[in-house]
Amino acid sequence: MTAVTESADLDAVKYEVRRKNWFARIRLGRVLTHILLLLMVALWTLPTVGLLVSSLRDKDQLAVSGWWTALSASEALGVTRIGTAAEQVAEAGHFVIRGNLFGSDTNKQLGGFGLSNGEPAATEPGGSMAMKEGGTISVAADGGFEWTSDTEFTHTRGPRIFYLATIAPRFTLDNYYEVLTSNGVWRSFINSFTVTIPATIIPILIAAFAAYALAWMRFPFRGFIVALVVGLLVVPLQMSLIPLLTLYNQLAQLFGAEDGKTYLGIWLAHTAFGLPLAIYLLRNYMVGLPKEIMESARIDGASHFKIFTGMVLPLSFPALASFSIFQFLWVWNDLLVAMVFLGAQQDRLVLTGKLVSLLGSRGNNWEILTAGAFITIVVPLIVFFALQRYFVRGLLAGSVK
Amino acid sequence: MGDVLQQLFGAALAIGVALAACVAYFWGTNWLLDRFLNSDNVDGDAETRRDRLRDSIRPWLFLLPALLFLSVYLVYPVFETLRLSLLDKTGQNFVGFANYTWALSDGNFQRSILNNAMWLIIVPSLATAFGLVIAVLADKLWWGNIAKSLVFMPMAISFVGASVIWRFVYDYRGEGDVQIGLLNAIVTGFGLPPQAWITIPFWNSVFLMIILVWIQTGFAMVILSAALRGIPEESLEAARIDGASDVRIFFDIMIPQIMGTIVVVWTTITIVVLKVFDIIFAMTNGQWDTEVLANLMFKWMFVNFDYGRGSAIAVVIMLAVLPIMIWNIRRANAEQGTR
Repeated sequence: MTAVTESADLDAVKYEVRRKNWFARIRLGRVLTHILLLLMVALWTLPTVGLLVSSLRDKDQLAVSGWWTALSASEALGVTRIGTAAEQVAEAGHFVIRGNLFGSDTNKQLGGFGLSNGEPAATEPGGSMAMKEGGTISVAADGGFEWTSDTEFTHTRGPRIFYLATIAPRFTLDNYYEVLTSNGVWRSFINSFTVTIPATIIPILIAAFAAYALAWMRFPFRGFIVALVVGLLVVPLQMSLIPLLTLYNQLAQLFGAEDGKTYLGIWLAHTAFGLPLAIYLLRNYMVGLPKEIMESARIDGASHFKIFTGMVLPLSFPALASFSIFQFLWVWNDLLVAMVFLGAQQDRLVLTGKLVSLLGSRGNNWEILTAGAFITIVVPLIVFFALQRYFVRGLLAGSVK
Repeated sequence: MGDVLQQLFGAALAIGVALAACVAYFWGTNWLLDRFLNSDNVDGDAETRRDRLRDSIRPWLFLLPALLFLSVYLVYPVFETLRLSLLDKTGQNFVGFANYTWALSDGNFQRSILNNAMWLIIVPSLATAFGLVIAVLADKLWWGNIAKSLVFMPMAISFVGASVIWRFVYDYRGEGDVQIGLLNAIVTGFGLPPQAWITIPFWNSVFLMIILVWIQTGFAMVILSAALRGIPEESLEAARIDGASDVRIFFDIMIPQIMGTIVVVWTTITIVVLKVFDIIFAMTNGQWDTEVLANLMFKWMFVNFDYGRGSAIAVVIMLAVLPIMIWNIRRANAEQGTR
């Protein structure tokens, strides 16, 4: 008996000691570090979280309450025009018009109803209210109403009933369904892929050969070409737009096309605009490959072509991956080049262009905008999180060198 | 549906054709070079001469497609835009520097220059500072990598997508209504009146800048974090033994050690800022005094179709980039020298 008590006491003491240590181990600075970083992370993630949550909410709720209240019920005012005399039925000497204030919406709970905008909740659910067309109306909590009168209804225009409703939290994919089907976002999604995939793949081989030449071959003007590539890395695209557009239009005239805005045109443009970074990244990487291997292969009589395709290209895979991710993200997220070289026709818009057009035409329909925006950013986010390692490696190689 | 399939098929075909053309070109020209300039049947001087000739031709075969693309799409347009900026609206008549003198006297242009200058000061400094602070904090905590990943995430989001995200944060409803924008909800939570943030001159530019800071901080953080790891542990350890506080270590040891990287990050973000277009285009299109050069250039080019003035504005952006470009080239050259 005593033994048990003793060991329990001992445990208590041990626990006390551990707790003290634990308290002692906490330093104010450490706690502050945690809090500060948490705050930063919150600042950087909350806007995106807000967008995602909103895009999944019921559009009526989205319009009347903040996304941070998504899990609690919200209140909304509404108005419904109820039935005319034509809808009445005669029952045991009464005339009745039935219906539901909320239509087919089962998500709402009545908070009160009334006859004017000023007093939308004058009557409690279940209560009844006299109508000026005759008879009384009573509305149940689920929105179902019954308008009864002893005399026959004759009105031809249904009176308006105002109400206050509580909307239970509801998450739905309706917003996505709507933007994808009726707002042309699906088409833009396809267009974005059509632009992005070829524009990502085409530059790779072209850049890889050039990068190898600049890294491992000796020839006049090599230093100049490297400097040129470094310089072109930062040339603003704005410098290229007008001349290229003019060039494309002239070519189109030559071939009898209506304008120079083709997918081929934008693929080639993106290929060219991505080349400086591609050559720069790949060259930096290739220069770092072990010199001895190259030289011994040369001595063994392997040609540059063999060395490149057989050794350098496979070894450069990480750099190729880095560049592909960059180029994919850049082309997918680009707005300017797509607008200039593909145009602003609805069936030609890529996702970014589509989003801008929705901002203009549906600027206050947040259910459309949030869902549309999320569709726009989801593909790059997947690429980003799946291949973050290569992305970071590329960033480091591309700017710190 | 039919035209969608046709379009996707076209894209797949383009990839196939492009790859085939690349392989055919690179393999074909190499084969031709070795076939017709081989030194199999010649000896002595002739052999070395041929070997040399092959070696001097081959690099250009490797480089040719890339050089073609770069010259047509980047080098030629630079000169063409310079030329167009001296011509009139239609690109027919020489007008000297009229487009530039017009720009200097144009209210929107002056506004853009002012705004761009503001962007140049605020965005790189805030993004670099936040990036540095987050990098330092995250390296100390066990969940630092998760934190870095989350802060880095906006790098993958398009400027337009980010604009929508932040427009939702800045959303404004009349006073008395329920605010669904996060910022106004916080403001009204403190009992202050809600504001239509993106219509208040000066501050609206700041709110647009926040979007770019939000995107670029992740970039600064990743680069600076790598640089911080490169600081030799001994120097930090020595400072700790001497009893230096974390703050002292940060300012007196870490920052001087990574100053070079900070400059690189700063200039890289500066370039992004100079070219920033999408955010302004999507958020305000230059209304309420938020105009910047890139958006102004777009307007003159594609709304007013004045290629002369549009080109002049593009040249101004180019001139702003030029110092950084020269600095980059000199740095790259210096590196080559040491190799």
